[in-house]
Amino acid sequence: MKVLIKNGHIIDPSQGIDGVGDIYIESGKIKEINIKSMEHGARSTGQKPQSSDVRIIDASGLLVVPGLVDMHVHLREPGFEYKETIKTGTMAAIKGGFTTVCCMPNTNPVNDHASVTEFIIRKAKQEGHCTVHPIGAITKGQKGEELAEIGTMKNEGCIAFSDDGQPVMNSAMMRRALEYSKAFKVPVISHSEDLTLSDGGVMNEGLTSVTLGLKGIPAEAEQIMIFRDILLAELTGGRLHIAHVSTAGSVHLVREAKQRGINVTAETCPHYFSITEDAVKGYNTNAKVNPPLRTSRDLEAIKEGLRDGAIDVIATDHAPHHIDEKLKPFDMAPFGISGLETALSLSLQLVREGVLTIKELVEKMTLNPAKILGLDKGFLKPGSEAELVVIDENKEFEVKSERFVSKGKNTPFEGRILKGMPVFTFCKGKLYEW
Amino acid sequence: MLNSKDLLGIKELSKEEIYLFLDTAAGFKDVIGRDIKKVPALRGKTTVNLFFEPSTRTRTSFELAAKRLSTDVINFSVPTSSVVKGESLIDTALTVQALGADFIIIRHSSSGVPHLLGTKIKASVINAGDGTNEHPTQALLDAFTIKEKKGKIEGLEIAVVGDIAHSRVAKSNIYCLIKLGAKVRLIGPPTLIPKEIEDLGVGIFHNMEEGVRGVDVLMMLRIQMERQDKGFFPSTEEYSRNWCLTTDRLSLAKEDAIVMHPGPMNRGIEIVSEIADGPQSVILEQVTNGIAVRMAVMYLLAGVKR
Repeated sequence: MKVLIKNGHIIDPSQGIDGVGDIYIESGKIKEINIKSMEHGARSTGQKPQSSDVRIIDASGLLVVPGLVDMHVHLREPGFEYKETIKTGTMAAIKGGFTTVCCMPNTNPVNDHASVTEFIIRKAKQEGHCTVHPIGAITKGQKGEELAEIGTMKNEGCIAFSDDGQPVMNSAMMRRALEYSKAFKVPVISHSEDLTLSDGGVMNEGLTSVTLGLKGIPAEAEQIMIFRDILLAELTGGRLHIAHVSTAGSVHLVREAKQRGINVTAETCPHYFSITEDAVKGYNTNAKVNPPLRTSRDLEAIKEGLRDGAIDVIATDHAPHHIDEKLKPFDMAPFGISGLETALSLSLQLVREGVLTIKELVEKMTLNPAKILGLDKGFLKPGSEAELVVIDENKEFEVKSERFVSKGKNTPFEGRILKGMPVFTFCKGKLYEW
Repeated sequence: MLNSKDLLGIKELSKEEIYLFLDTAAGFKDVIGRDIKKVPALRGKTTVNLFFEPSTRTRTSFELAAKRLSTDVINFSVPTSSVVKGESLIDTALTVQALGADFIIIRHSSSGVPHLLGTKIKASVINAGDGTNEHPTQALLDAFTIKEKKGKIEGLEIAVVGDIAHSRVAKSNIYCLIKLGAKVRLIGPPTLIPKEIEDLGVGIFHNMEEGVRGVDVLMMLRIQMERQDKGFFPSTEEYSRNWCLTTDRLSLAKEDAIVMHPGPMNRGIEIVSEIADGPQSVILEQVTNGIAVRMAVMYLLAGVKR
């Protein structure tokens, strides 16, 4: 297939490209990029070809950016195929503009062994619409007791290690993980939660949890563990990445650690800068997520962290669940938001609000996660695989979960009018459009 | 008129709706004081008591209220139900509705369950206690009792004492009494009073003597023994030394103060027997009033257009 994307606003932070131009794709690879007018920096490569068998896309007024990289999703396969499969989850990714997703190991069996890693990678090659990189478990069975075979799993294709959903409560074990993983140059991703403090809580602790009669999770349950892991990263020199930062205090801890030169990076998710604990009112289980939705003060601090660079990455923490599970009483329903198909629109709001420039946003959704994970991705370069997304910043749509291609219809944004969405995604030699 | 077919909580009610319940209950109190304690008001209707938590007092009170309004009553208790076989909550409720229930009285250990059912079924859902959220009929019967004894609620100094954090009775009473214009103060150890609750406009006292001083009404809450295991207080003995309502402490309240307790009481732990059985106690009247208030709730909900 030959595709010519004409007159799009091309943004590639890795090369400083931010201008209007054309991209020519042939046999799944980027053949040429031709920038006509540059806003920042200048680079131009030859003339675009003209022939009749080329599919021409007029991208005037549209953004053309590298395919988004989501370093935190749950694809649920193997074991929970009723919630999501590699096939449906990667289709949801494509629809959301993501061409690379990294799946967390809390499957059944847990991805704590090279055989499970091999299964996921094979299945993703057969059925996946986008590229899938598994994240291996830090400890066997995510039990926090014995290290998993990190080296072997890395060789099989795991690009990072995390016990996501289950924090490593034992500080000595977390220390070993941060030390040992250095040999294989892989990051350790911390799901930061002091389980003895969150103690069965189901939403943010505060007046709202009190008036709903729901057990609260204080912000400190997250912050204590982030601080512990930062100290352990300092002690070991290990490569630490903090997952789903949700509180003002967490942003502060990460910012301060970076200023002290500690090797730490952090991500947040669109729901933490878009909505607050108010979304839980009425016992909306679709707003039940871990860490929980916080207060407007936290939301503003997350935005500030994104702006000043304390937070490097926007990831979805896409956590699909079956509708029957979310129809349970609030305290019994599982945590999680199906996020792949709303993430980009919610993130573009940051640009409209002036929190980030479009270039910074693209960086946090492409280049930064790729760099953290050591992936050769997140850019548009002639000769490389064509993984890109064309975005209409002004196209509005109403969130209707019944239209999600993900099996997980669990969104707290149901009925919201969002602005900005992918109109074309190019991945693995295929063009998807909507 | 009421706004909803369901009674989910006091939070959702207006002051006018609360008074409508109280005024209607006064009429039913006359009925249950008669020799023939039954009226045909809701004959032909069906009430299902759907209790997922053990309860004798509240269930019996609802059962009597339903019977005195001439509805047919079924008690659906958990150990004998299909819930233990893994049936979902909503399936259970839909089944009960398909059996023809007009009222579903529900008690559940999870907050928000009545709200979940209210959106899924046509019958009137009455919250008989959900998790640590609300127990609205208890607050209504408490307000009814206070009004009966004191002639009014507005302006009264009312202390709620004990485990506020885990008490749905306390929550419903706080919302109700504030809406009716009382001045509410909470007394208990800091571990059992969430600090954020102050934002609702209540006073917080950790010292019992200071808290009790000058109040018109004392509402004692039952202390759950299992809180001790979770470290909320070190022992029932220490709790009792600091927060038990003793005659000395009661003497600091107004001379004509009344003492309430939703039951069942831990005598000697949160309240001494001399007070529970003494002249200032209205504890048994609360029980009687509970039937009248629950009759009023069912009667008024039956009249809501849907």
